[in-house]
Amino acid sequence: MRWLGHPVVKPVLFLWLLAPAGYLFWAALADQLGANPAEALIRSLGDWALRMLVAVLAVTPLREITGWAVLARFRRMLGLFVFFYASLHWVSYAWFDMGWEWSDIVADIYRRPFILVGTLAWLLLLALAATSFNRVIRYLGALRWRALHRGVYAVAVLTILHFYWMRAGKSDFAEVAVYAVVLGTLLAWRLWRRRCRFAH
Amino acid sequence: MIIRSADTGFEHPVPSEITPPSAYLGRREWLQRLALGAGGAALATWAARDALAQGAASPTGLPRLAARPSAVAGAQTVERVTSYDHASSYNNFYEFGTDKSDPVQYAGSMKTRPWTVAVEGLVNKPQVLGIDDLLKLAPLEERVYRLRCVEGWSMVIPWVGYSLAELIRKVEPQGSAKFVEFTTLADPGTMRGVRGRVLDWPYIEGLRMDEALHPLTLLAVGMYGQVLPNQNGAPVRLVVPWKYGFKSAKSLVKIRFLERQPVNSWGRSAPQEYGFYSNVNPDVPHPRWSQATERRIGEEGGLFAKRRKTERFNGYEAQVGALYAGMDLKTFY
Repeated sequence: MRWLGHPVVKPVLFLWLLAPAGYLFWAALADQLGANPAEALIRSLGDWALRMLVAVLAVTPLREITGWAVLARFRRMLGLFVFFYASLHWVSYAWFDMGWEWSDIVADIYRRPFILVGTLAWLLLLALAATSFNRVIRYLGALRWRALHRGVYAVAVLTILHFYWMRAGKSDFAEVAVYAVVLGTLLAWRLWRRRCRFAH
Repeated sequence: MIIRSADTGFEHPVPSEITPPSAYLGRREWLQRLALGAGGAALATWAARDALAQGAASPTGLPRLAARPSAVAGAQTVERVTSYDHASSYNNFYEFGTDKSDPVQYAGSMKTRPWTVAVEGLVNKPQVLGIDDLLKLAPLEERVYRLRCVEGWSMVIPWVGYSLAELIRKVEPQGSAKFVEFTTLADPGTMRGVRGRVLDWPYIEGLRMDEALHPLTLLAVGMYGQVLPNQNGAPVRLVVPWKYGFKSAKSLVKIRFLERQPVNSWGRSAPQEYGFYSNVNPDVPHPRWSQATERRIGEEGGLFAKRRKTERFNGYEAQVGALYAGMDLKTFY
């Protein structure tokens, strides 16, 4: 898999991951988001944040299973894309659903646990994104940095909870279950690896 | 030179001035054909958007229903009517799936003819009414109602039908009848959502007798001057404009008169979230969200449109407020 190391792969991947945002931006301007554009936009951005989260958490298992060490090159970019889509998701909620009425937003976070959980996940992502630069990594030291960035596992759990509670009103959990199983597998794989390592 | 204007403000058009449907439908068809490829890619994009804006997908194929404007107080909302496209493509009809786009996609499988509605329970004249009997039971009226969904969005829809009271009088309820229960079709063969367990099927709704008899309570057989499309609850549904949309049961197969308050489907599924009355009320939040505001579908400004303030009884307080005099609406939500 030497081609994965080619210098053009990363920019191409970057553009590809940016494409959903580009499409949604176009659809919003062209009024192609359907009857309830705010709802469609907020939900799509949430879906994409979740997909990026799956992708970033798949990097290490894939790398170890396939032995393609080169995959590690894409991990930070994928992580920042999770933050990017999660941020657009939260901002469009605050803007198009809440009209930037801060008192309404605070009341909504207080009233709706799924908004609280989603907001917490986004704040955690903010902390991870803010400490994703080489300088900060050096400043924190690898051990502390790694401990902090295990927070992404908490983000995964909060995200699934957020999605579950959002769908609870409709008692429709099919899609939630798919993501829960995928993310659960990726997290379980890590636990299993740890056990193996300690066993030796 | 000053030119005197004969303009006296908005004048209602005389019928002869209204563009005949065949003319504008012809234009829409032309735009659709263009959108389908005849006009080249760039033109097609433009045409598709124009066709969408014109509500082109709408009146194709469905029989028209002649109706006179209703004289019932509150039945002629003077707000901008939601486009047919939005009203017929953004629906909650869980029998066809929980996504808003599921009903328009899958409701075509439902057979709406032959169709019967069984009227039973505490009435002197229980009967089974065919859809043609129902269409002839009373003169059809057009009523423009606001529709407020419990999820926080709203539309304005021109329905065709008549007061449910017309049917109720015909079947002569007994003195002991205090409530009316409505049952929606639940056919797993043609309704893919019924195969799942999102709710207990069939879908049940209920009204108190005085609510059911209120002239605003509509038995609808059409909208936008045509028979109901399947996704909107064909061939006959209930429309109770001052209550959250889920109270307006679709595709009715049974109407039963009872002495005791029936248990409605959402009340059974989540009693702490959905009360029996479910009158639109900005002061009683849903346990998981506020009901103070609503998003009007198709509002000018699209994505950037501000949410509207929700009105008590969805703006029908003058007509229906008396039904609830003395009741604590926070207890009986």
